[in-house]
Amino acid sequence: MQSASRIRGSARPCAQNARTIAALTSNPGCDRRAVLDTAGVDKQRLADHIGYPARFGQSQFAIVRGNAFEAQLKADQCAALLRLLIEQKIVPPGQHARHVDCSAVGQTESQDDRLARTAGLLGEVFKGGDSWGVPGQRPALLLDHPLLAMTIAGRTVYLEPDLILIGPDARVHVVEVKSFAVIDGQAAPSKVAAAAIQAAVYVMATCAAVTEAGFDAGAVADEIVLVCPRDFANQPTATLIDVRKQLAVLRRQFARMARIEMLLAALPDDLTFDLSIDESGVARRPPVEVVAALECVPARYIPECLAVCELAGFCRSRSRARGQTAVLGRDVCERLGGIEEVETVLGLASGTLSPSPDQTETAAVLRLAEQLRSQSLVLAGDPTAASSGLGLSALGLSA
Amino acid sequence: MSTLVALARALAFVQGVAQPITMVRHIHCAERPMVFIPLALAGEANAPLAAMVGDDPDRPRLLVVPQPRNRDLRFAFAAELASILVPHFERFQTVTEVAAPDRTGQARWRSTDAPQVVVANPAAAGFVRLFGRSTRFRRADGPYAVDARVPVLGQWLTFFAERAEYPGSSLLVTLTDALAMHWATGQSALEDTHLPALLAWIEPPEGRDGATAAMLAEDPGIWPPAGPATDPDFDNRVLAPAIEAYAAATTPDAGTLAECQASGALRDAVASQLEPTWRLMWRAIALLRALPPGVRVADRWAADRDAYTEFAARLEGSGLPQPRRDGAVAAARRLHRLERALAAFTVQRAYDDPLIMAEYRLTGEAFVATVLEADRLRIDTSGRRRTLRPRVTVTTTDPAKPEVGSTWISPARPAQRARAVEVVVARGAETTVVLELSGGMGRALTPLPGSVPDAGERLCYTSLADQYVPPGDFPAPEETPWTHGGPPAPASLDAVEGQAAVASRRGDDLPRDDLPRDDLPRDDPAGEEWS
Repeated sequence: MQSASRIRGSARPCAQNARTIAALTSNPGCDRRAVLDTAGVDKQRLADHIGYPARFGQSQFAIVRGNAFEAQLKADQCAALLRLLIEQKIVPPGQHARHVDCSAVGQTESQDDRLARTAGLLGEVFKGGDSWGVPGQRPALLLDHPLLAMTIAGRTVYLEPDLILIGPDARVHVVEVKSFAVIDGQAAPSKVAAAAIQAAVYVMATCAAVTEAGFDAGAVADEIVLVCPRDFANQPTATLIDVRKQLAVLRRQFARMARIEMLLAALPDDLTFDLSIDESGVARRPPVEVVAALECVPARYIPECLAVCELAGFCRSRSRARGQTAVLGRDVCERLGGIEEVETVLGLASGTLSPSPDQTETAAVLRLAEQLRSQSLVLAGDPTAASSGLGLSALGLSA
Repeated sequence: MSTLVALARALAFVQGVAQPITMVRHIHCAERPMVFIPLALAGEANAPLAAMVGDDPDRPRLLVVPQPRNRDLRFAFAAELASILVPHFERFQTVTEVAAPDRTGQARWRSTDAPQVVVANPAAAGFVRLFGRSTRFRRADGPYAVDARVPVLGQWLTFFAERAEYPGSSLLVTLTDALAMHWATGQSALEDTHLPALLAWIEPPEGRDGATAAMLAEDPGIWPPAGPATDPDFDNRVLAPAIEAYAAATTPDAGTLAECQASGALRDAVASQLEPTWRLMWRAIALLRALPPGVRVADRWAADRDAYTEFAARLEGSGLPQPRRDGAVAAARRLHRLERALAAFTVQRAYDDPLIMAEYRLTGEAFVATVLEADRLRIDTSGRRRTLRPRVTVTTTDPAKPEVGSTWISPARPAQRARAVEVVVARGAETTVVLELSGGMGRALTPLPGSVPDAGERLCYTSLADQYVPPGDFPAPEETPWTHGGPPAPASLDAVEGQAAVASRRGDDLPRDDLPRDDLPRDDPAGEEWS
């Protein structure tokens, strides 16, 4: 039986965040990522060490712009944000707002203290009749960077949403601030999808926190407020996004992740991804050993991994070395009848390999496709122009 | 993605080099394409950082915004870009030819050539669209005035971006798409959008296979990304200090020499990111040029030239910028045109290219057959008039099983229809079909020479028909049915941000002075520093 900490080794666990959790939904079938993420292994460092550095750097321009946009929204007791919330009819007109800073106090405050602070705040608010005012008569509360916790596959994950709005009617909305632009009412669909699933993780964590505090999680709205810059300037705009679908995907995913125990149990006892980092911060473990350890856990590489997983470069090269059709993309795989090996595809296509009973149909199509392809390449030119004997002999092959 | 292309990808994977998936080129290659590589500042909404542009591979023009967050500098960039692009776009208007008259029988003219813009990847095409959007509503007068050519550039770029949505159009060419249309690599379509990696598969260097070459090409240290997004590492290590140095040097008390030096350093840094892509793009253009063009490429380019001529005239006429969003009628019209273009392109590509036609042979929508016998002079006497209806008997081993009564067309004789009157499916894979021909043989009762296939001829017949689809009938905007939001509200009453209403207020027929002042975009006030 393996334990997560043993797999990780001596290094500090790498913190999960909403983005890494959301990424789990893009390729749920990958055991390698499930194990590494559950154990909190630093995949970036791991990938660097074995010679497949991941390129997930962020430009400082993007960071600066993102921070500036968030600060602009929160300035003056979140005046700009409140205006948007009123526009979206989430908060009644004329409502006052209170900005409650939940971010860390100094350098020393521990995660648990912060967690307790947020939980206490939520408890107080829901009890009502206290310093925040009874529901209906209190200001809209905007909790800025509250800390929430969630248990995912037996591990506690800390999450920090941008903002949580508690309306005067005690309705809770997750507010997600993003710095990509919404131009003429449209934004890049991939970015919106990523923001929605990330916010859905926060919705789940908020529900958990509200339940923990002893209240009904139904108070948490299943739509989120996405705040982005509008058009080409810094004017913010808010959009409500229904995340029920994303929530369902996540719940299903988390339920499946419970099987991580079984997965770990099947791994060798001495398996570890410890890089033997010495005092000077240098990884001493031979990369070959690390690669061997990685090979113990099966991966399911798909090209989409390149955008989300630090180890994708390594998995791609392994998948390629094994000649798997997966590296060609999902649609190609489907077109090739779901056959996993490129060699098999070409063997069936050229007729040098005899198909297994369940491959006969695919094999016939591939064989014909191969013949048509080579025939067309041989004829080279307009098929109708090729009225010579060459055409006939080439055509005769397919009989 | 067809099975043939999937198979070609598998072949490319094993052979370590991209495989051709067409026999001919399906896009038009201009004599002097305008190559445009924009770079944008990370985190900003399409804020230009730099661009390399030009129609001569040996003389690229480099444009740099030394402080991309400064509005004035951004519009100075737009003005400089306009001074290069707008004259190029307008140059082709002068020489025209007579085109087929339009539906109302009115004579038409079209330019004999048109400008072609070439960008590296879909993201760069997106940049063109958004840069067009951010500049076409600007004004040369009033508050926040910009150079007079900037809004014109905006309209041109919007035109190119909108035209690029038409399947088969070659006015704005996205190189990764164009290359992927002609070659299948041993990697995924996702990875094919990276121009250096795609070219590494098509032309791997000596001694390397495509996969290795593509992996090296993905290293931004070796090949800078083709943009518009820059490498974050470059941003942090090189660009940010260079921009800071420039900002420091432009304070009033600093000397101009320092400013020149700082701006020179910044230009050099940006050029280092653009030059490799510039070379790659011309290499990619050369690869495409080397392919023989398909027969119907010229027809589609003529349609592009029509669109160009029409737009140039519109610019000179009303000169109103394209709306932010289409109204209901305009959107329906556009959708209809896109569908027509897609249908035509699909058929034309197959007609031009045996390798594309092979995909339809695989699915039974086409077959290649040999003519066994031909009754060239057969006359049908069953009707009131004697008509020429030759019959040919053909045999094929393709999987297609034509039904009796079905109609087939041969790309070699597109004006002729062949109706299957008798089909014999033999025990083997062989199918014999008797086809009755009509059309395309002249008006007499004996067919023109060559208009009926001879015995022994090998022919392709397909059910794909490149037929004329009449343009749809759409109501005038003011007659928009209630199902589609009803007629747009009159401009003056419109206080609501209804999309249809907004778009219709910008309708073509509105004179410019009737536009309410508040219709002008105010989303980018002057003097505003971004971030």
